[in-house]
Order: sequence, then structure tokens, then C-alpha cells
Amino acid sequence: MSEPVLSVKDLSVVFHLRRGDFTAVNKISFDIMPGEVLGVVGESGAGKSMTGTAIMGLVDRPGEVSSTSITLNGDRIDGLDEESLRKIRGRRIGMVMQDPLTSLNPLFTVGEQLIETIRRHLPLNEKQARARAIELLADAGIPKPEDRIDAYPHQFSGGMRQRVVISLALAAEPELVIADEPTSALDVSVQAQIIKVLKRLCAERGVAVMLITHDMGVIAEAADRMIVMNKGEIVETGTVGDIIHRPKEPYTIKLIDAIPSIKEQNPRYAAAVARGDEGDAAVTDAPLVRAENLSMVFDLSPSLFSRLTGRNRKIVNAVNDVSFQIERGKTYGLVGESGSGKSTCARMMVGLLRPTDGNVLLEGTDIWNDKDAAAKRRSKIQMIFQDPYASLNPRWRVGDIIAEPMRQLGIARNNKEITEKVAYLLDRVRLDPVVMRKYPHEFSGGQRQRIAIARALSSEPEFIICDEPTSALDVSVQAQVLELMSQLQDEFGLTYLLISHNLAVVRQMADAVGVLHNGVLVESGPVEEIFSAPKADYTRMLLDAVPDIAKVA
Amino acid sequence: MLAFIFKRLGQSIIVMLAVALISFIMFRYVGDPVASMVSQEATIADQELLRERLGLNDPFYVQFFRFIMNALQGNFGISYRLQTPVADLIMSRLPATIELALTSATIALIVGIVAGVFTALNRKSPIAAGIMAFSLIGVSLPTFLIGIGLIYIFAVELQWLPSFGRGQVVDLGWWRTGFLTETGLRSLILPAITLSLFQMTLIMRLVRAEMLEVLRQDYIKFARARGLSKRAINFSHALKNTMVPVITIAGLQLGSIITGALITETVFQWPGIGSLFLSSVAVVDVPVMAAYLIFVGFVFVIVNLIVDILYYVVDPRLRVGGSSKGH
Repeated sequence: MSEPVLSVKDLSVVFHLRRGDFTAVNKISFDIMPGEVLGVVGESGAGKSMTGTAIMGLVDRPGEVSSTSITLNGDRIDGLDEESLRKIRGRRIGMVMQDPLTSLNPLFTVGEQLIETIRRHLPLNEKQARARAIELLADAGIPKPEDRIDAYPHQFSGGMRQRVVISLALAAEPELVIADEPTSALDVSVQAQIIKVLKRLCAERGVAVMLITHDMGVIAEAADRMIVMNKGEIVETGTVGDIIHRPKEPYTIKLIDAIPSIKEQNPRYAAAVARGDEGDAAVTDAPLVRAENLSMVFDLSPSLFSRLTGRNRKIVNAVNDVSFQIERGKTYGLVGESGSGKSTCARMMVGLLRPTDGNVLLEGTDIWNDKDAAAKRRSKIQMIFQDPYASLNPRWRVGDIIAEPMRQLGIARNNKEITEKVAYLLDRVRLDPVVMRKYPHEFSGGQRQRIAIARALSSEPEFIICDEPTSALDVSVQAQVLELMSQLQDEFGLTYLLISHNLAVVRQMADAVGVLHNGVLVESGPVEEIFSAPKADYTRMLLDAVPDIAKVA
Repeated sequence: MLAFIFKRLGQSIIVMLAVALISFIMFRYVGDPVASMVSQEATIADQELLRERLGLNDPFYVQFFRFIMNALQGNFGISYRLQTPVADLIMSRLPATIELALTSATIALIVGIVAGVFTALNRKSPIAAGIMAFSLIGVSLPTFLIGIGLIYIFAVELQWLPSFGRGQVVDLGWWRTGFLTETGLRSLILPAITLSLFQMTLIMRLVRAEMLEVLRQDYIKFARARGLSKRAINFSHALKNTMVPVITIAGLQLGSIITGALITETVFQWPGIGSLFLSSVAVVDVPVMAAYLIFVGFVFVIVNLIVDILYYVVDPRLRVGGSSKGH
């Protein structure tokens, strides 16, 4: 057996904080073999990113790194001074970071950043470096690299930018690439392409990869071997197939169970089939919510002048003639890539955005009808947002956050009643009512999303629009929140519009699904029909692109 | 790019028209211009005659139009106090103010940016802490106090530098400069430092705050992960990204250096426009005040135009419409 490319022995990262020491990474050891893709998986706070950062020597104070040894192809790279480390970063270890939108400097062209990196590490002149940069971009699958090299990062889409980042990481022929959540910020279809590019380029060059991600599906797709981390320690190591099919540790088992698989049938559908009333959709009463021929046109023309004269007009059909209906007590899932118009739909349904054309009917009345309709809309329709860190006002107490809709809409008469209702709601979302005195920052992401759900419930709505309610959460937390949402649906008879790019979540939660592509509803129907026998090509492509642990042999 | 500049120029003209209107209203309606022109013995008939001759009985818009046409030709009327054309007065005082303002602005920008970058990069060092403490003085002490303090130390006690005036000047025909003589340069030091101190500390604190923010960004971490040198990261990647907000504030501040020169010029008896304005206010010399108002407005408009163009140069994302957006 050959020597490992990277060998880490007893790596620890400790943060010396005022409240005491916090151990982010605790004495972990692992090897990466030449040409191997090692997946590092774990939930947020598991210390996986910190491990990558520590190997690069990029841990900032007050963090302190200690290790018995870290060797890169036999050379010790721990405990080096800044200057020697800088010769390793980029040159011998390349890095790909999570968010391609922020990891490139917006003020320099892609070419400038590539050439700068190449010339820093390789003895090439400006012209040779430029030729190499073009070659790298071409390798990473960027069309017409000779033209695109002089473009600025904002002129590239997210997926293209991540290709640029990968070219940057590979610019100086490193021996190892550390990819930290390289696809988490991207759409599924783009995600699949990026994984493919990363895998191909590394295989061609014989580069070893350390692939850090929270997404088990990505690991299943790309990695050979994997490490499961929890609370700074390695829980389990093994080949990907072994761990996914035969996990040994309780933590790994829990983690894998929590992942909704796209291959799993909808539990409610399965139950309905078991009861033998498969075709009950036809007998339900009139739909609660109907979207009729919804359209939204944004005019992005550069100036009033061009708007008037029609020169340089730039009109974006964000949503184009979308119709669907949701029956009372059911969940409708809306899926699609970013830019497909999902969130615009949500904003029109909730009444934040007036549709250019078409109607939103709630119990048969248009929500834009008149003042009464608007008041009704406000109490009957609520929304849960994607990022529970941003959607709760950090300067308000939890109790006030939840009570706000009641106060605004005059649902409760006095403070005593409000307090009682808030306590009741907190209890319903499985939080202790005493937390109403606390502030949002004292809660974890999952708890915050529960608070957001309690706030949505406080106006006693019938219809809740959930815009990516779990995409900012860890898988195990996601499972809990989804479970809670299903329970509340049964308890309160709620109707959901679930917007998500995560197809597995939609399959698990929804009764019916609509697939949006460039603002057009390409397919709509019962969830099992669409997932097991998609008709539209786009739906099929979307389903195929999903990295899924069930694909591992 | 050209279209963008033309658009901004068009907006500048609208702003200048508004300034001119305010200036005109002041000129025309603050006090009675005729009363301040004629002698006390003039009869009411004489005054009416003068009023007719000056066109003060014409409709408002005709007078405003005439005012603008005159202003465009550099004709701002005649100073009540000195009985010389206002334009000549301003032209004779302008070089002093401009030289003072430019020197101050240069000092403020260079020292401010260098100190700001230094304090951001060496956050914990005692020197940075010292600079930060000193900057508080610059922000909080009023300009005249700093000026008097500097005069006391360097002119009275140490007797290194002159305490007032502009020193010897060299007449270049259209411009009287103090840059070319030793006394001129020596006289410039104290007022320039006094005037620059506030902007300097402001720019420094701004650069520091922006720099700290930028250094936290992912692209800086990624630049480090690419093994770039510290110099390249700090001065090329980080500094350029701090420049957009710094240009905004610095631009506005440099405009106010001209207006701020008022106090400094008084403290140092600097023969510039600011002191001219102050002495005109004392005797309600309205034509001079009106011209000063237009001048200050003009300076701000020009500075903002330059700022807008600089944005365009620094940040490619703002080059709207000019570039192809590809996917």
C-alpha cells in the first residue's frame, strides 16, 4: 500500500474564550490516500470545517491548533511559520469554499485572480499564466474561456463561479484539495455538475480530495471513504457503502435515519393505500386556496426612458400563468431551481406582491379584492421563512414575537389572554412556555424555527406558506421540524404550501406537487405520480440530479 | 461610460439651478438691494429710477434668468462693502483657499488611509491603540481650538512657524501661489494640519472599520487559502474593497473642507474665500454671500461628480448596462 497524501495525527483545535475553553476538534487522526476522495460528514458544530481550516493553517486567534503531526506526502506541515505555510497553501493544498458568491473578490476579474495565484506559485510569466488560466477554465467546463476570463465574478452564475473557484484551487497542481461544502449553496442540478467536475479534475490529476459536507447524499455520490464527525470527534470511519448500509455507531444510525430519501414513498400515501382509499382526492370538498393563472412580470429596464420608448427593454416573466389549487388540510409542494419563481409565487400567495395577472382565491374570494379581503388574508394566511436566524427580530422577546400577530389583528383582548395564548402556542410547538421571556439568540436554529412556527400559528391561520422551512437546518433538526409541521397540520387542520428545492422533503411532506421551471408550471399532480412517473423532461432531470444515499450500491 | 457621465452632468445642472435659485432669492429678497446702494439723501423718485434701471421691477423669472446669465459670465454684481466686482474679489481670494483645501485634503487622505490600514491590521498593538486614542481628539475637539493650540505651541512657544497670514506669494498672472516660496510653504503647514485633522481622523476610523469588515469576508479567507502574500491580500484585495464607502465619505468631507476653511481661515487670518465670506456677513454684503453660496454649491457638485465616476472605476458591479451579463 502506498503512502498517504495527508496523514493527520491527534489534531485538536481549542478556542480560548472568556467563558472557558471550547474544544472544536478533539484529537482526531485520519489519512487520505493518493487519488482518494475522503468525505467528512457531520452536523453543524461537528468541527468538520475547523478540521479543514486547521490543516491549511488558517485558524485565527483565539483558536489554538495542536497535533502530534500533520504530514503532506511525508513533509511535516504543522507548526510551520506563516511564510512557509503560504508556500503550501494554494501550491500543495488547494481549497474550495462553500459559497461561490462570496469566495471570489468582486472587484477583480476572474483572470486577474487566476493569474495572480498561478504566478505566485509557478514560475510563469504573465502570458503563460494567462494561457494556463484559460486552460484551467476550459477544463472546469466554462464555455468560451478566452472571452470569459476578463469577466468579473458577478457576471457568472453561481455554478459557473464555483467552477472558477475549483480552477483556482487546482491552479498550481496541488497534491490535495480541501473542498468545504462545495455544493451546499447550489441548486441540485448544478450541484450534480459541480461534483462531477470536481471528481473528474481530481481523478485526472491524481489529486486527493477531502470533501467536507453536511449532505450525506453528496458524499454518497462522490466519496470513496468517509468519516462521520460529531462534537469534534470522529464517530465512525469506513467506506461509504459500509457506513450507509451498515452504520455501527448510534449517532451514525440516527443521522442516516433522519435523512429523507427521495426514493422513500410518501408516508401518508402509503397509509392511504393501506387503508384502501387511494382515490379519495376526488371526494374532498372545494379547495381552500386556488391560484388562477398567476403571472408576475418584473420590468428591469435600465431607465424610465427605455421603459417609455421600448429600447433596451428588459422584462422578466418571473411567474407565467401558474394555476394550482390546494385542498383544505393538504400540503402542496412547489419545487424548482433558484430563479424558477417559487418564492415569487409564495409572495403573491401571501399578499406581499400583487400579481401582474391572475388571482389568488382564498375560500373563493380574491385576496386582493377589497379591504375586508385584505384583513381576512392577514389572519388566514401566514408564512414561515427560510432563515430562522434572520426572520426573528433579535431585540424582541420570544413572547412579544409570537404575540405580535394577535396584537396587530386584535385577536386577543388583554395581556392576560395574550400571555395564555403564547404559552399555549409554545406548548404546541414543543417548547417550554417559560422561554417567552428570552431573546431569539438564546435558541438553536431548530428551536428558532419552532418559534417562527408559533408566530405563524398565532393569528389562527388556515393556510401557511412555508418557504424553504428547513433548508437552513441540520438533517436531524430538519426531521424534527418536519415531524412537528405534520403533527400541527393534523391538530389544527392546516393547509400548507411547501416551497423547497429539497425533493426528498417534498416527497415526504406533500400530497400534491407542482414543478416550476423558469416561471412556468411544467408539471402538477399527486406526489407519488410525479415522483414515480414524471412526465416532463425537466422533472426527470431534476429527480436524476438529486444526490441520494439510496444510490450507493 | 460616456452616457453615464452625461446623465450625472444633467443631474448636476439641476442641482446647480436649485442652488442658484436660493442664491438669487437671497440676493433679491434679503433686504432691499436699492436701499443698500443709494445714499441716504436719495429721493424716492431716484430710488424708483434705479429700481427700474436695475430691472428690479421685471417679473421674477425674467430677473432669475438674467441672474443666471450673469452668473454664467462670471458676473455676480458689485460688492456693497468694497465697491468692486464680486467676481474679481473671489478670484483674488480663491487661490489661497484652494491651495489650503488641496493641501489639507491630501494630508487627510494619505495619513487617514495609511493610519486606518495600519490600525486595522495591527489591532492589538499599542501604537494602534495610541493612534485610535489620538483620533478621538481629532474628532471631538473643535477646529478653532486645535488651531489656537497649534499656534500656541509652534508659533508662540517654539517659534518654528508663522502664526498667521500666507507668507510671500508668487504671482503667476492668473494665480497667486504660496507653494513656491519658503515662507508661503511654512505658513501653510499649521492651517493645513488644523483643517485636515477632523477629516483625517474620520477617514482613518472609516478605513479601519471597513477594513476590519472586509478582512472577515470569505474572499479574503479564500485569498489566504490560495497562498497569496500578505501584501497582496491586504493592499490589493482588502484595500480596494474598502474604497467604495471611503470614497463616498471622503468625497463629501472634501467638499466640506472648503466650507470648513471658514473657521481655519479666520483663526489663521488666511486671506481666502472663507474669511471674505465672514467679513461680508458682518456687513450684510449680499452679492458676496450669494456668490459664495453658488461657489460652495459648485464645489460640492463637482466633488460628487468625481465620486460617482470613481465608483464606476473602482467597482465593476456598478457598471450598469455597459457589460454583458452572462450565464
